[in-house]
Amino acid sequence: MYRSHVLVCGGTGCTSSGSVKIIESLQAEIKKNGLGTEVSVVQTGCHGLCALGPIVIIYPEATFYAMVTDEDIPEIVSEHLLKGRIVTRLLYKEMVTDDGIKSLNETDFYKKQHRIALRNCGVINPENIDEYIGTSGYEALGKVLTEYSPDQVVQTILDSGLRGRGGGGFPTGLKWKLAKANDADQKYVCCNADEGDPGAFMDRSVLEGDPHVVIEAMAIAGYAIGATQGYVYVRAEYPIAVERLEIAIKQAREYGLLGKNIFNSGFDFDVDIRLGAGAFVCGEETALMTSIEGNRGEPRPRPPFPAQKGLFQKPTILNNVETYANIPQIILNGAEWFSSMGTEKSKGTKVFALGGKINNTGLVEIPMGTTLREVIDEIGGGVPNGKKFKAAQTGGPSGGCIPAEHFDIKIDYDNLISIGSMMGSGGLIVMDEDNCMVDIAKFFLEFTVEESCGKCTPCRIGTKRLYEMLEKITEGNGTMEDLTKMEELCYYIKENALCGLGQTAPNPVLSTLHFFKDEYVAHVIDKKCPAGVCKSLLSFVIEADKCKGCTLCARVCPNGAIIGKVKEAHTIDLNKCIKCGACIEKCKFNAIFKK
Amino acid sequence: MKSLEELKAIREKMQGQIGIRSESSDQTRVVVGMATCGIASGARPVLTALSDAVQSKGLNNVSVTQTGCIGLCQFEPIVEVLEPGKDKVTYVKMTPEKAQEVVEQHLIRGHVVSKYTIAEVIG
Repeated sequence: MYRSHVLVCGGTGCTSSGSVKIIESLQAEIKKNGLGTEVSVVQTGCHGLCALGPIVIIYPEATFYAMVTDEDIPEIVSEHLLKGRIVTRLLYKEMVTDDGIKSLNETDFYKKQHRIALRNCGVINPENIDEYIGTSGYEALGKVLTEYSPDQVVQTILDSGLRGRGGGGFPTGLKWKLAKANDADQKYVCCNADEGDPGAFMDRSVLEGDPHVVIEAMAIAGYAIGATQGYVYVRAEYPIAVERLEIAIKQAREYGLLGKNIFNSGFDFDVDIRLGAGAFVCGEETALMTSIEGNRGEPRPRPPFPAQKGLFQKPTILNNVETYANIPQIILNGAEWFSSMGTEKSKGTKVFALGGKINNTGLVEIPMGTTLREVIDEIGGGVPNGKKFKAAQTGGPSGGCIPAEHFDIKIDYDNLISIGSMMGSGGLIVMDEDNCMVDIAKFFLEFTVEESCGKCTPCRIGTKRLYEMLEKITEGNGTMEDLTKMEELCYYIKENALCGLGQTAPNPVLSTLHFFKDEYVAHVIDKKCPAGVCKSLLSFVIEADKCKGCTLCARVCPNGAIIGKVKEAHTIDLNKCIKCGACIEKCKFNAIFKK
Repeated sequence: MKSLEELKAIREKMQGQIGIRSESSDQTRVVVGMATCGIASGARPVLTALSDAVQSKGLNNVSVTQTGCIGLCQFEPIVEVLEPGKDKVTYVKMTPEKAQEVVEQHLIRGHVVSKYTIAEVIG
């Protein structure tokens, strides 16, 4: 047995900042110090604080080391593991107080979080089924197979009030109930792990940190609706998630937790993986199933709904990874436990991926009803560099912006829709005064134009026209009439597009038009970009009084657009200037500005 | 695996080991002095003996950690037991065998092993 566990984050974020090398060095150094039989190094999933990776946590002290480098390893081993002295300089700064060291759970980032879907992420080794079982894994499956009827399972999920975490927010229990009611010789359980929203990565994190929870939940769903086969549709861009899921499925089969006659109950269930090639539209349920069938991933009209005719024309349920991650806990703790959290119509918790202009970039899980202010200012540590918060974007390319005036909104499905945004899969991108809202809308439209599958006209042509109008505005050629036309087109696309992708694609435009119309007007009438982002509307100027003639800017200018002699004020040749901003970054006297 | 009992057996075996990764304020802390003086007088086997015993007995409310020098180097290895709401108990001149006894008597049954405490040994 080991007296100490050294947990190293092996999520995608920390892996890309070098955690694999850190694990190797730790093991070598521990061996060198003769601690091989006392200290165990465990690769875990994501802890959420991706901004501070690579992360190393040492138990039993629960010491949280942030931004650990390879060079720090000998010190950690010889000081902490050998002599028991915490290496204070590497500690997560939030934990260090005047009175000593506070626990990780008391830091602002973790204090208000409530981890259900992420409860094992960063705690267990995802490649070891025993560790999952050690945290009550597969107990829920055992419970339903031996104690519950399929109807009881469906009723429990219905009573819990769980709603789909992938974006739509459809009641999960109802989905199961509908699929259960349809008789068929074969039914299917699918898991949507085709997480495509820019900035959202909670599904990846669950698959990387706790893959067994998804397998267990899918088996429970299979029992509930009468399906014997499950498919996880996961994007090929998630190699670590795919690998860990493969390992998990193999281990579950070896233990008989997948396969024939599970727990001697007579229930058979197995899971296979299908890799998506990364088309955004394949996250839409009908397109996803078409893709699993081996066809080109295009959506089809509904009805028939998947619960009636889904995969291979058989009744099918399709839930998102995060939705599944809640299921075993609901079974073990009861529907009432789950529905006691959250707001009236949105129960439980939601995972958000914090990104953009925020100090603590990462993954957080909060009870529904937490305010945006708490998420951004307290958990997220606020906007960096003393800049002013302008808006938060939720729901990715299907969602909208929440401006500062709604900073105290309680986050749940219905509140977000009421102000023209949506929960989406939980990407939360923070924008400050330096972000241009027209440019943001253009960014998302560019994405949907790229990702539109082209099957229906409103989406294929409509989003393209919308994008062109936005381009025209950001180049300073827009008219007020364009704004009216744009809004009209938005509603047209929403009403006529075939699937969720097209129906929600205009949301970023509508929401920015609604809350930030003055910025659009500034682009159209004043030919100015107030945030200083849209290059066509900017010019770079050197203030002669402030310029000391140090020549630094002239030397960094990639296009030779800055002219001037040493110790004399420089000027910018606007015909040559490509507005890259390199000069502003380098100027030590703040003499260069955009106008 | 075909029965819930088998699942339970794995769970119980793993819980003792994973329990080390929990963090709660009502835990009993067992702290072993592991400065140069402690290590030199044999604190390392004491630490591992304590840690193994705590995990094999499944004492999830107990965490075994290290600390530096307490300043009583001639009495090392020193083990301190800090239970929430109780006075600190300091055991001195510990061995792995004595540590086993402390786990059995003190941590499981709640009886302080007086003969090894600093008050008894120093007099």
